[in-house]
Amino acid sequence: MEQRTGLPGRQDTSQEFEEAAGNGLLHRRALLGKSIAAAGVLGTALGPNATGAGAEPLTEPPWSLQAGEDTPPYQGPSKFAKNIVRTLANPKFEPRSSLARTPHHMLEGSLTPNGLHFTINHTGIPDIDPAGHRFVIHGLVKRPQVFTLDALLRYPLTSAPAFVECGGNSAPLFSPTPIQDNVQALHGLASCAEWTGVKLSILLDECGVDPRAKWFVAEGADGPHLMRSIPLAKGLDDAMIALYQNGEPLMPGNGFPMRLLLPGYEGNMNVKFLRRIKLVPGPAMTFWESQVYTEPMPKGKSYNFNFLNEVKSYITRPSHGHELKQPGIYEISGIAYSGKGKIVKVMVSADGGKSWAEAALQGPVQTKAFTRFRLPWRWNGAPTILQSRAWDDHGSFQPTRSEFVAARGQLDSEPPVTAFRNHHCNVITSWAVSSRGKVTHAYA
Amino acid sequence: MPMRKLLAVLALAFAGPALAETPHLGKSVSAADLARWDIDIQADGAGLPPGEGTAVQGAPIYVAKCAVCHGDGGRGTEQAKSGKPAPPILVSDVKLKGMDASHTSIANYWPYAPPLFGYIRAAMPWNEPRSLSDHEVYALTAYILAENKLIDPKLVLNARTLSKVVMPNRNGFLPRFPELMPK
Repeated sequence: MEQRTGLPGRQDTSQEFEEAAGNGLLHRRALLGKSIAAAGVLGTALGPNATGAGAEPLTEPPWSLQAGEDTPPYQGPSKFAKNIVRTLANPKFEPRSSLARTPHHMLEGSLTPNGLHFTINHTGIPDIDPAGHRFVIHGLVKRPQVFTLDALLRYPLTSAPAFVECGGNSAPLFSPTPIQDNVQALHGLASCAEWTGVKLSILLDECGVDPRAKWFVAEGADGPHLMRSIPLAKGLDDAMIALYQNGEPLMPGNGFPMRLLLPGYEGNMNVKFLRRIKLVPGPAMTFWESQVYTEPMPKGKSYNFNFLNEVKSYITRPSHGHELKQPGIYEISGIAYSGKGKIVKVMVSADGGKSWAEAALQGPVQTKAFTRFRLPWRWNGAPTILQSRAWDDHGSFQPTRSEFVAARGQLDSEPPVTAFRNHHCNVITSWAVSSRGKVTHAYA
Repeated sequence: MPMRKLLAVLALAFAGPALAETPHLGKSVSAADLARWDIDIQADGAGLPPGEGTAVQGAPIYVAKCAVCHGDGGRGTEQAKSGKPAPPILVSDVKLKGMDASHTSIANYWPYAPPLFGYIRAAMPWNEPRSLSDHEVYALTAYILAENKLIDPKLVLNARTLSKVVMPNRNGFLPRFPELMPK
């Protein structure tokens, strides 16, 4: 994947495209409808060759002159795409949490491939035989029940895309200085899949909810028996017992054979390897909600029960580590999402926030799911800063760096990029482009 | 058919299928069946099992089963003390300072004590979860609380005494989304 480090770009000799904001941001339809007439100009005057010279004579490459490889039963990526992998935060498998981050800078669209979906497992990945797995609903219910996977597969299934994001995603942006690492290191603990499963409300109705129940505790079947307290209202709303991920059974690291899916809610609450739901009058205040997923504030009390992943966006291409090979036309592409609902608008700046243009949103825009945004940009070769800022259908929008730091504070010194010194950061991300086309993480 | 009777029939027709519409494929499960699994503890200590233990009893268990990851006396491994990713430090006199969560500890941060029992019983030791008896979990909880100077080292910890332990940061939190908190 050549594009991993180098973005070829298109030398733009025409000035026909409508500018939508400063420093070369073009209208979001510039390269689609309006410019059909100009396509000929693009195809000839700009040419596919980055140097502007004519194309070379085309020959038959070796793969066109012989039979190909045999077909594997389960298909993996091309050997030329083998570098598109997750980064591991605990590669020697020491006795602590293992994290794998999604390589957003090498992916497109709005769904994360299953093998690249981020995972965090606190005591390794359990090897669960689905035939021996049991899922129980008990506590403040009239009829406590135990379910097998086979039983759940006979219930009405529903499918919906949903992003899952760790509460600690984007934590490197609490640093007082921009940590020089890529979008995978900064924002790789968020992914999006189409999940298929049984609505939890159906099962709760069958068990008969006792009106004294206000919360439920969800527990996993892996070593930590991870427990989180969740408001019952979420369980009766859009919560799902997810069994399939992008059409195939859940990946082992994502909760096989079943997980709780709470669209829009903090990743850790989406309990994997789900084996038990207990309806209770109050929260259990487990380790995870007493310390880990809480947020000390600069002054005064700390936040807890930070259920929602709030509206966020980041440009994935070009982003830190990419290189623009020459001035000209590039497409800015990124991801936006909100735990409250749908993305309604993403604005992009190519001049460090002085002016903004509205990006095109790839439809269908779905609630609590990744929304891909794109915008053409003509880079003039001068140093600049790229930013994106998203709005959701609840009127929430991303804070600027100064607004975010005023509200939430920042660290005294730069932490390791893998450290979680606070949680729930949705500040605007900035990428600096140097005159040589080098893209790096910046603050603006 | 008289209107009242018709309405009654209609009501039945709609009430009946509504129940039958979902598969009802769960099997009933009794409290006895659930005994081994029913391990969550409410913040106020509800759910704490019978059994008891002291810090003195907990100390050798800690050395045998916990120190390899959490360091001598719960003070953390060298890796943890240098701020690198590592199993957490359990005993510390660090003070809360601003928004940096690396200054949070059991002693200065946790709002309730019973969840400490709940976590050890559910998740520890890391490579052998659920291997400790409830007595051992009480003893380890007592050891960690006593090392943190949160209880008298002689206290016999059980369901009653653990529920009464008052943590210093009990009122240190605000829910981030009060509108989503159950009333």
